[in-house]
Amino acid sequence: MSTTAAAPQQQGRPPRAGARTLAVTSGKGGVGKTFVTANLAAALAAHGNKVLVLDADLGLANLDVVLNLHPKLTLHEVFTGKCTLEQAILPAPGGFSVLLAGSGMVEYSRLTPDIRDKLLQILEEVKPHFDWVLLDTGAGISDVVLFAISLAADVLVVATPEPTSLTDAYATIKVLCTQQERRHVGLLVNQANRVGEGRLICSQLQQVLQRFVGAIPGQAFKLELLGEVKSDPVVRQAVLKRQLMLEHFPGSDAAQAIKALANKLIG
Amino acid sequence: MDASCLQFDSALQLLQQAGVVLPDGEPYGAVWIQGVIDALCDLSSKDPLTGLVNRRSFEMGLSREVDRVARSGESALLLVLDIDYFKAVNDNYGHGAGDLVIQAVARVINHVVRPMDTVARVGGEEFAIILPNCAGGFGATVAERLRERVSGQRVEIAAGKFLNITVSIGGAFAPQWVRSSPLIWMERADRQLYRAKAEGRNRTCLEHLVDSTVTAEEKGMLFAIAQDGAIAESQQQGTE
Repeated sequence: MSTTAAAPQQQGRPPRAGARTLAVTSGKGGVGKTFVTANLAAALAAHGNKVLVLDADLGLANLDVVLNLHPKLTLHEVFTGKCTLEQAILPAPGGFSVLLAGSGMVEYSRLTPDIRDKLLQILEEVKPHFDWVLLDTGAGISDVVLFAISLAADVLVVATPEPTSLTDAYATIKVLCTQQERRHVGLLVNQANRVGEGRLICSQLQQVLQRFVGAIPGQAFKLELLGEVKSDPVVRQAVLKRQLMLEHFPGSDAAQAIKALANKLIG
Repeated sequence: MDASCLQFDSALQLLQQAGVVLPDGEPYGAVWIQGVIDALCDLSSKDPLTGLVNRRSFEMGLSREVDRVARSGESALLLVLDIDYFKAVNDNYGHGAGDLVIQAVARVINHVVRPMDTVARVGGEEFAIILPNCAGGFGATVAERLRERVSGQRVEIAAGKFLNITVSIGGAFAPQWVRSSPLIWMERADRQLYRAKAEGRNRTCLEHLVDSTVTAEEKGMLFAIAQDGAIAESQQQGTE
């Protein structure tokens, strides 16, 4: 038996080129994840950044609903070769671009090597052309969600002060910490009832994580509060009208909070 | 290219010393040279004492497996195995006896695992085994079978003189779909090995599979702090 000398295999990740990648996720659905993502994209774009929001909630996408878009071309058309990637990248209100997914497509509810490869490839292709790529993931901790999160360098978990949301956010962070070996996760508390509630929630999550999850020795885990959006009636108004809050209520407390989040991320 | 100007003396000596049969083919011809290169590659990837994969080759295998798991989402297990009280064997019976023990353990491991698994000697008395496509539920079974088989062996270190050997085993699964690093994976398995040693040796410890369920205890603590905070805050507001 002779072993021919194989070409040296490429090991590890290629150096990160282009855009900063941030996955926005939540344990529980309906906590304002997509709303936060869209408005954050607008806030980042307002700083002169080229921003792409990728709807990584492949099975149950609703970024189009939040933005009042009626796309004919989505990730599904790219996946199936019906259009090019460039054609599916659409301009959105707020000065950023979106790559949307169709809703209710059962074939994307399970992660297959095929979907994985396609998403990886798409992300690598778009990264050089943008400053930021935000991945709006589904809720929960399914294969697809965890995979979408793993594509991003940074993660932002959105949670509300409700016990169910906190529990699910905790479960998500726990999985990110143990399974994805992440050492840093950002937190945004949405629909806070009072100022300072975000800080309280962040520190309580951190305490429980420290007690039950534990860190790899020498690698402390940090949950960082990146923002707090107080309950704000204009948010509901914007959602119902399918408008971008940052455009229609730029002076509102909630809009200010999202701008502060963008500033913190830009650093 | 005129291959006859190449220096093959050291390489051929090395192969001869290792008992490798020199390749067929006309000396310095392409087939022959390829044969020498293959034999050298083979030699440099093996541990001379046991014939197992050596540390260098193991590290390459481990990083390939990390890549594979990241792409395929298959479950893969890494086991590290250490002979208990091995220093005492060397001290009491000499290094020759120590070598016999290591060889015996290597043989047993090779018998227990599947042909597709990679068995390596990664340190003096330490072994590592990569088990691709090993489902979560089977990990503990495989590790325990390894431990039992080694413990059931009596190693003959001199004519009529037998030693009973035990091993401690630690193990960790690679995170599926995620590109971890070989280093972190090895550290996680090593940590379980330390645990097995600390808990008394001759045992197997596997890292608990990632459990995303939130226990009642965790929930209790989450909400207790939340309530404390809310009470403190309402008290603060009351005094303002």
